[in-house]
Amino acid sequence: MTLRNRELLNLFAVGALTAIGFAAVYLASQDVPEFDTTSLTYAAFFLALFVAAHVVLRITLPLADPYLLPIGGLLTAIGLTMIYRIKPDLAFRQGVWVVIGVAFFALTCLFLRDYRVLDRYKYVCGLGAIGLLCLPALPVFGQEINGARLWVHVAGISFQPGEFAKVLLVVFLAGYLRDNREMLSMGHGRLGLPSAKHFGPLLLIWGGAMLVLFQTNDLGGGLLLFSIFLAMLYVATGRWPYVAVGFTLFAAGAYALYHVVPRVEERVAIWLHPWSDPEDAGFQLVQSIYSIAAGGIFGTGLGEGVLVRPDGGTYIPFLETDFIYSAIAQELGLAGAAALILLYLVFVYRGLRIAMSADDGFSKLLAAGLTATIAIQAFIIVGGVSGLIPLTGITLPFVSYGGSSIVANFLLLALLLMVSNHVNEAADRE
Amino acid sequence: MNNQIRRLFFVFAFLFVALIGMSSYWLWRAPDLEARQGNPNQVVRQLTIDRGKIFTADGVVLATNRKREVQGQTWYLRRYPQRGLAAHPVGYSTVERSRTGLEESLNDYLTGSNADLSTLVDRAADALRGITRRGNDVYTSLDTRAQRVAMQQLGGKCGAVVALEPSTGRVLVLASTPTYDPNLVERNFRRVTRATGPCEPSSPLLNRATQGLPAPVFIPGSTFKVVTAAAALDSGKFTPASTFDDPGYCIEYDKRVYNYADQSGPESFGRVDFTTAVEHSINSVFCELGKQLGALTVLDYAKKFGFYEKPPLETPADERTPSGLWNGSRLFDPKDANQVDPGRLAFGQERLLVTPLQMAMVAGTIANGGVLMEPHVVERIVSQSGDVVQRTRPDEIRRVVNESTAAALTPMMVRVVESGTGTAAQIAGIQVAGKTGTAETGRAGQNDTGFIAFAPADDPQVAIAVYLQNQSGTGGATAAPIAKAVLEALLRRNT
Repeated sequence: MTLRNRELLNLFAVGALTAIGFAAVYLASQDVPEFDTTSLTYAAFFLALFVAAHVVLRITLPLADPYLLPIGGLLTAIGLTMIYRIKPDLAFRQGVWVVIGVAFFALTCLFLRDYRVLDRYKYVCGLGAIGLLCLPALPVFGQEINGARLWVHVAGISFQPGEFAKVLLVVFLAGYLRDNREMLSMGHGRLGLPSAKHFGPLLLIWGGAMLVLFQTNDLGGGLLLFSIFLAMLYVATGRWPYVAVGFTLFAAGAYALYHVVPRVEERVAIWLHPWSDPEDAGFQLVQSIYSIAAGGIFGTGLGEGVLVRPDGGTYIPFLETDFIYSAIAQELGLAGAAALILLYLVFVYRGLRIAMSADDGFSKLLAAGLTATIAIQAFIIVGGVSGLIPLTGITLPFVSYGGSSIVANFLLLALLLMVSNHVNEAADRE
Repeated sequence: MNNQIRRLFFVFAFLFVALIGMSSYWLWRAPDLEARQGNPNQVVRQLTIDRGKIFTADGVVLATNRKREVQGQTWYLRRYPQRGLAAHPVGYSTVERSRTGLEESLNDYLTGSNADLSTLVDRAADALRGITRRGNDVYTSLDTRAQRVAMQQLGGKCGAVVALEPSTGRVLVLASTPTYDPNLVERNFRRVTRATGPCEPSSPLLNRATQGLPAPVFIPGSTFKVVTAAAALDSGKFTPASTFDDPGYCIEYDKRVYNYADQSGPESFGRVDFTTAVEHSINSVFCELGKQLGALTVLDYAKKFGFYEKPPLETPADERTPSGLWNGSRLFDPKDANQVDPGRLAFGQERLLVTPLQMAMVAGTIANGGVLMEPHVVERIVSQSGDVVQRTRPDEIRRVVNESTAAALTPMMVRVVESGTGTAAQIAGIQVAGKTGTAETGRAGQNDTGFIAFAPADDPQVAIAVYLQNQSGTGGATAAPIAKAVLEALLRRNT
């Protein structure tokens, strides 16, 4: 079977699951269960959208990995189903964002014929990332939501530039680290730390991450960007002391902020003692934990959990964005939550496999970086809402409600598939 | 770089397993988390159950449900049609603030969770067929009319009335004021807590009839003399005809303890018999009795009456408080007679604090020939299909005093109402046996007053305890008329 046929088959399975999910939520929302084809129509539309993306891949990237698009589609479907269940009004808007995301995905595949040209624009990408990250801090566009300045508001549309900055940062780091990995790998002394000259850029980026963190008050975003950097640095140099020193520096910076920024101090305190103030400061985390615990092994079933208050609000604030994992864990149970995490693990496995089969450094680092982005982001938010690490608000890739997040992740997926196609083409030639 | 990438994968795999582990940990903690206040999951799940109703003995609905459609689910929201009438024993069941009263203690019955194997199977079948789970109805032993009279009589005061059937322990009236409207708890809890009474603690949520904060709020004063007199008669050393000298005071620790003004007679009676001492509530006589019997003996009898234990009832354990000597917020059970002033103990001062339920049990024991019956407010629990799930049967706790003691004490208590301190409790055509109490709180004009009684004296149908806080009058003037009104409502209910 060809790779694309396999992908199509996978997509049909995803379509069937989507139809079941939509129908289940629809039925649960009815007083008298009555069959209606509306939800099936939506599911069919969803399938058609991804089949269209599949056709684009057939034309432009015929040898790309056949699992990544279906996994992205399935994650998106899970997200849409949960959003439809939590806030039906938002499901349509999220659907529009998915359409836009897939359109960007297709356009990237069609017009960016060779992703390796990005190598030439790595510094542009790097500066672009910094520029995007600084946008929310600008008084004209910037918007503060839930205590963090992450949003930009232009012409009636809000978006989170940080979501796009992460992709640009990965492109920049892939190019930069490929150029400098030999020098960075040469260590001095027992721990094999590089000389101050080569240490400079590392410190620079650390400083940048701290600045972003401080300016936007966004611990999650800062942690994500810095972790991506460390993961790619490790892949490029193979030197774990970098990682150790890097995390130490991050921890030191965060500790300093801990005393300066009350928000950071509060977050850590809540994480350590969620039940010291369950009504106020610890409310989100405590409610999230209740939700996870209430699911049991197999969950309450879609639409049957305790998520939405009679007035239409949710028991957990930001349920459809940051806390969507807690909703999934309650309605689909530990089994569903574990399946979701395993889905990310398969994504990471396929992504890192692409990185390992690539023959040039840029492709390797790009694929590894893009994959690490998804992995780290999923870990930070799921770990946060389940109390494993301090809670910081970022989206669950492909699943959470949010236009910027959806579009950026589809861009990321397109780049990853391009690397995959290139790698398999090279293998075919040999 | 492939080695690094491989290791990176293992790091991510490890982190993801840690995520699954963390969620599994919360699952393992679920039973503990589910019970926590503020967890909406358990409460909301219970809202989808057609919760059982709660009735008075004569079938008036105290708690019922209002159906409401919420996102495709039918929620059963609690309504209390009688508002504050029996708010304390019934309690409330809400989404936001959990439950109290019978709503809490009988929750398993009311939600139909009192499972044996066959109901489990039935319920599983119902769940599959989408049939709403229905709870069991609870019939209390409360008498609607008498309960209403008690609440009206207590009016704007801080106080409580408990009436029970001496031979069975059925609680007929359990009233506490200030009261609150349980319908407001969910939506407007601040309005509930803002309402206060003319006393301290003033919270309307406190069930003064059975509960303290943490110690019971009432000082028994001379109503405790029934316990002392029972101990004295039961010891065999004293009879109703035993004589005492009353100089108007009693000497304790070389100091004079004077009689109290509520004795309704001269300040000093001179030579009196025991019956007259009860009739006029003469402190010096009881002070002398206490010294002769010893504090520990009096307390032993008190314990037989139920003191030092939470009074038995179907309400939650934390809504019932033991009566006894209290050192601040701690119940004090002396091991050494020297730790207690026997004279003041004998006439109900010292550090004695009591619940009206406990004192109704004292009156009920004398009325029942010396045998204490277990009080209960739940009559029967009936399933939706009409089967009686549980029916309360009279249960004897213990014999407290000999039958002869009870028989001897009854005429003494009749004299209190006929010609002593409790004349305000007289009912035409019915002989009432009672004992008044007026306890000094240490604040001028703010006495705790009380009255315990049973009637008819020759064939007791009802035993009652009435207690009030912050009264300027005596127990005979403030509490006895309330007892009379409630007794009349109860004794005339069948005619």
